[in-house]
Order: sequence, then structure tokens, then C-alpha cells
Amino acid sequence: MCLAVPMRVEEINGFRAKVDSAGVSVEVDISMTPEVKVGEYVIVHAGFAIETLKPEEAEETLRLFREIAELAEGETDEVP
Amino acid sequence: MNKNQILLAHGDGGRLSRNLIEEIFAKAFANPELSPLADSALLSLSKKKIAFTTDSYTVKPIFFPESDIGRLAVYGTVNDLAVMGARPIYLSCGFILEEGLEIEVLKRIVDSMKSASELVGVKLVTGDTKVVEKGSADKIFINTSGIGELLEWRSMKKPLKPGDEILVSGTIGEHGIAVLSARGELELKIPVQSDCAPVWELVSMLYQEKVEVKWMRDPTRGGVATCLNELVLGQKFGVMIAESKIPVLDSVDSACEILGLDPLYLANEGKMVCVVKKGEAERAREIMRKSQIGKNAVIIGEVISEPAGKVLVSTKIGGTRILGMLAGAPLPRIC
Amino acid sequence: MKFLEEFRDLDLAKKLAHKIKETAHKDKITLMEVCGTHTMAIHKFGIRGLLPENIRLISGPGCPVCVTPNQYLDRAISLSFQKDVLVSTFGDMLRVPGSSMSLESARAKGGKVKMVYSPLDALKLARENPGLKVVFLAVGFETTSPGICVTLEQAEKQKVKNFWVLVGHKLIPPAMEALVKDKRIGIDGFICPAHVSTIIGLAPYQFLARDYGIPCLVAGFEPLDILQGILMLVEMIERGEAKVKNQYQRVASENGNKNAQRLLEKFFEPVDSEWRGLGIIPRSGYQLRQGFEHREAEKMIPVEVEETREHKACRCGEVLQGLIEPKDCPLYGKVCTPESPVGPCMVSSEGSCSAYYKYVGI
Repeated sequence: MCLAVPMRVEEINGFRAKVDSAGVSVEVDISMTPEVKVGEYVIVHAGFAIETLKPEEAEETLRLFREIAELAEGETDEVP
Repeated sequence: MNKNQILLAHGDGGRLSRNLIEEIFAKAFANPELSPLADSALLSLSKKKIAFTTDSYTVKPIFFPESDIGRLAVYGTVNDLAVMGARPIYLSCGFILEEGLEIEVLKRIVDSMKSASELVGVKLVTGDTKVVEKGSADKIFINTSGIGELLEWRSMKKPLKPGDEILVSGTIGEHGIAVLSARGELELKIPVQSDCAPVWELVSMLYQEKVEVKWMRDPTRGGVATCLNELVLGQKFGVMIAESKIPVLDSVDSACEILGLDPLYLANEGKMVCVVKKGEAERAREIMRKSQIGKNAVIIGEVISEPAGKVLVSTKIGGTRILGMLAGAPLPRIC
Repeated sequence: MKFLEEFRDLDLAKKLAHKIKETAHKDKITLMEVCGTHTMAIHKFGIRGLLPENIRLISGPGCPVCVTPNQYLDRAISLSFQKDVLVSTFGDMLRVPGSSMSLESARAKGGKVKMVYSPLDALKLARENPGLKVVFLAVGFETTSPGICVTLEQAEKQKVKNFWVLVGHKLIPPAMEALVKDKRIGIDGFICPAHVSTIIGLAPYQFLARDYGIPCLVAGFEPLDILQGILMLVEMIERGEAKVKNQYQRVASENGNKNAQRLLEKFFEPVDSEWRGLGIIPRSGYQLRQGFEHREAEKMIPVEVEETREHKACRCGEVLQGLIEPKDCPLYGKVCTPESPVGPCMVSSEGSCSAYYKYVGI
């Protein structure tokens, strides 16, 4: 529904922040994420940061993928 | 109206017209074929077969990151000759100017065209200028027609077969993004420059090294996706490309994600897509990479027998999807 | 790009797909994705082709432009022809056909219509053009409506008098209930929208699991997210477990975004609302609360609206409910194409027919 790309917060000015992704930058409103800090990532939608992205959770999700992948590999191995 | 602006009188064929032509155009493009400023340029061609093309340029805005409508008007047309396997030799140029256009702006554009034609080695030998009332044209429109001499390149006449390989000469989508960004309607700041450049050098190198090239195109409006669809339309073969191989700059990728655009459909003005005989792709790639404009050349896919007439993409995660013709107008997605 | 590329890994995708195949034993499992961005991602990455035969993915009404009834558009078009009124809108709405024309054609006929990327841009237009009445088309689900609240808050604070919204916001969970109740569709599990859920949290979906026994899964938009989400749903279905789970933990949390929810509560209240193709769904739309009605364009700038007409052969409604596929509509690809769309499913970049046309073809 909602096209939203994770972007890194570069500058904060009151309720406005400059966010960046691979050199592409834009100013967004952070009223919904007032506690965000420079260096953190936010999801941007229609000129607003709607939520912050939690890197530890991202890592955890990736770890889960890899765990499932390893299990899948184990299942496809020949039984000796 | 002051003396520094184009007036309607500049287009009426009288003294002001003559001054404009002599001061700006003839000075910039000085060459023996042009200098008589006659009704037609008289030309000699050494080959029997020539390539002839025409294009009009109405890009908005007329100046965009690191390029302009003038340079585009030269390179766009010579690229159309180059990808047919023809050496660009002569250009004509028709200007439609809006009353009130700053003469300095015109000079800047003409100078840009002069540099571009010198770089490619093409002569601008004949032209025309018209001026229309304010509001009847958006600053400046340019038409260039080009003549090129066809190279003797046997493989260019050979039919495509499954297994033939497809290459693109570099990263895609930059011109489209640069122009969109330069319109100033986006809130995004996008550090992307147009890739506007001549591809003749690549064509020439492939020809000199006798690479068996069967087909070439410059993927302008509609991007690589459209040009590949044009290749397979009505044919007994199709094409399969790998998404993971398509070269895209990070900034273009990011801008496309944010705007909901697909780089495969964005215009390029300095790139070439080509199909070479099976087995020739690696050699073709290495040859292109020797040139500055081909340094990111990549093999992206191959010709397939089924499904005929379609362009398939194998996605980054191993799925397959169809890459259709550009449909509708690309609108940035919000929700 | 960070936090995107890692979730598009080919090898991991293959393994996830394999695990899904291993886990799905039932003869037929029907999953519905309720979000246009999921629809697009599924097509774009070719996810259907990676799934086993017994899993069917159907697309739901997750495209806010697609579910906006003709009457709303007709009113927007009438407003655009009013002296001094400027209609500002997200790009997606421009080419959707109303009863007799689209906003884009209205513009070509002299209507004042401007595309904006954010409602804040529309507010800026109002500030900079005190002589114009600026109306913003407030369309979108719960991801978008909080942004309109922020904008209204600024409008009030800055005392901008010439700014209104034409409210057309809709709510996802009530629509999901309507779909579950329709026995023709037969849904075994929902893939819930990532960013709507980021705002509302998981609680609003609980009733679907509890009262209807339908497992719900919030999944991110990247291909690995979707695959893992499908795996989690299939696991629940195989176990006969009806719960609401969250795969998109890096962004969506159980409680959602409280700041956004506070804003929604402040400005809007739920109201019965008409969804194209689904009819009126109770408490599935928003209207401005008492105290903010002075910002509602429909009330404050009354206009004559032409009689609503729907194209008789258009079957967007059935596509939106997942009852038919785009290719089953008689107009698809023949009369209704992206260049000349008949219904919104074809023109919206999130629409099922548009996704189908782009990635599958005719």
C-alpha cells in the first residue's frame, strides 16, 4: 500500500529532518517519530517519517532467514 | 524587448535573420559545406549505402545536470546512426525559437552543439531558424537530421538465433532521472547526471575488432525494456535477461525505489544495447570496457526460442516475470 | 541499499521456498494479500512461481485509489472547475476515470488540479496562494491518514484559512472482515499490510483470528519478508492455529505507532463507508470529528456533482475481492489498458490489473 523506503537521518531541525538513501535526500516531517536520532533509519511515506527501523530486529530477521536456510539445506542432504 | 533577446524578426529571413545565422550558427559550425549558406549543402559520400535519420528535441528543462538540449540534439541523432552501423558524417539542424529567448542562452546551446559535433567528428552543414510568438514554443525546440556511411559489417545482416548474447554498455536510467530531477517538481535532491554521450566509439571499436554484432540500439525513451520489446515484437524468438546483472548506480536505484520507477523503463542518452553471436559476448564486453563510456559494459542475457515475442526477466530471487512495453505514463507512487 | 538488498538474497529465497513446499501439506491453501505494494512485489519478484501448486495467492482491495467510489472522484472533478478552487492530489488519482472523465482530463479542460507528493505540499500551496481555495484529496489507508492529521494540525496552528480536505480515507481491518464473511472467496490466511500495521499495531487484527479463525501475518515488502511471511502463515494453517503474528519486526511493533494513533484519534472518527466493488462496509472510513468539520471540503465547499455512473462491464469490484483474476475481466487488455483505463484497478500503480498487465501481460 505504502511505498516507503528506509532512509538515514542526516540532520534534524525541530520537527523536520533531512534523510538520505545512497545520495538521494529529502526533507521529511518527524512528528510521528519525534525521538529519532541522527544516524538512525526511518521509513518515509508521503513526506513523513512514519516509524524508525530497528537494526537489531533487522539483524534478527536476517538471522532467522539464515537459520531456516540451514535447516532446509539439512533436509535436502542425502541421509548417509 | 531588448537587444539580448530573440525577436520575431530574427526568423523572418531579413537582415536580423542573416545576422543571427552569421554571428551565432555559422561562426560556431564553420566548415566548407556550410559556409556558402546556400539553400542546400552539396555533399560527397564515399559509400553507396547510407543511413539517414531525424529526431526532434523538446526536452524540458533545456539545461539539466551536466548537459543541455543542444548536446542532446547532436548525440541523440549521431547515436541513431551509430547503432545502425553507420559512421556519422553530416548533420542538419532546424531551430524553432520562442520570441524572448535570451541570445546568451542560444549561444550557450550552440556552443555545446559545436563541442559535441567536434568530439564525434560530424559536420553541421545546413540549418534553418524559425521564431514563433511567445507562448507558442517552450524556449527552444531543435530538430537534427543525420547522414552516416554504412560500415561493411556482415554480421549485422545475420538473423538472431537462440543463444545469441545481449550486452548493455553501462549503467542505466541516469538521463531519465536527471531530467525528472531538473524539472524541480520533486522534493528529492538527486545527485544524478545525464549520461548524454556519443556511442560511436564503441561501435567503431567493435567493428574494428570484427566482433560479430547482429543488432544494436540506443535505449532512449522507454528505456532498455522498450528497446528489447521492439527487438522481439513479431519475431520467432524471445529474450531473457537477468535482473541481478542489470547495472544501475546506487543513487538511481534509490531514487527509483522512492519514486516507484523502474530503471529499465527510464531514458538513456549515452548507452547501447547490442546482440552478438553466441560466444562473442565476453570479447565484446572486454572491448567496450576499454572505452570510458563502455567501462561498465555487462552481459545481461540471451536470445531464447520460447516464449516468442516476449521479454522475460529472471528476478533477483530466482522468480521469472515478463517485461512488457512501457504502459501508461510513469507516475510516482505514493500509496 | 541498506535494509533492502539483504532481503533480496537469491540463495535464502530458494531455501525459504523449499521450506514452504515442505510445510504445506493441505490440498488447497488460499492466502490473500491485502496491500497493493505486496501485490506489486509478488509480481515483480515472481514469487508465485516459487510457491508450490497447492498455495494460491489472491489479491485483495489494498489499493486505496482502486476502492474510492466514482462519486468521490466526480465531486473532486466538480471542485476543480469551481472558480478559485485548486484541487491537490497524490499522483495516483490523476488518471482514474470518474463517471465521465478523470482529474487529468479535467485539468486539460481547464480544471485546476495539481499533483503533490505530500499533504504538506498542499498546505504550502494554500499558504502561498491566499486567493485560492486549496482542497487536498485525502485518500489512503492508515499509513497515509496520520500524515493528513499532522497537516491539519499545522493548518490550525498557522491559521491557514484557505485549506480543506476531501476525506476519503478508509480502514483496512473492517474490509478484511467483509472479505472473510463473503463465503465465495474462501480465505485461509491474510498477509497483512506492512505499513498500515506499522501504524495500527497487531491488535486491530485479533478479532479475525479470534472470531473467524483466520490467521493473520504482518509481512514486510521485500521478497524474503513475503516468503517468510507465507511460511509462517502456512505453519499456522497446518497446525490449525489462528493467531496474529508479525514478521516485519524491524519496523512494525505489536502496539504500532502511538504518536500516529493519537493523531488519528484526535482528528477522525470511524464512519460507514462505500468501497468500490464491496459496497458499504460499516465503520470502515473516516470523517472529521466535531471541532474540525470546518476543514471538510464536502461540507464547506458544496458543489453540484453529476449523477454517478459506473461502467457496466467493468469488473474491478470482483477483482478487488479476489473473486476473479484480471485476465477474467472481459475488458482486460482489450478495452481496458493502462493507456486507456476503464476502471481504477488498471490505472493505479498499486492496482491488481495494472500489476498483472505490467508483469504478466495479455
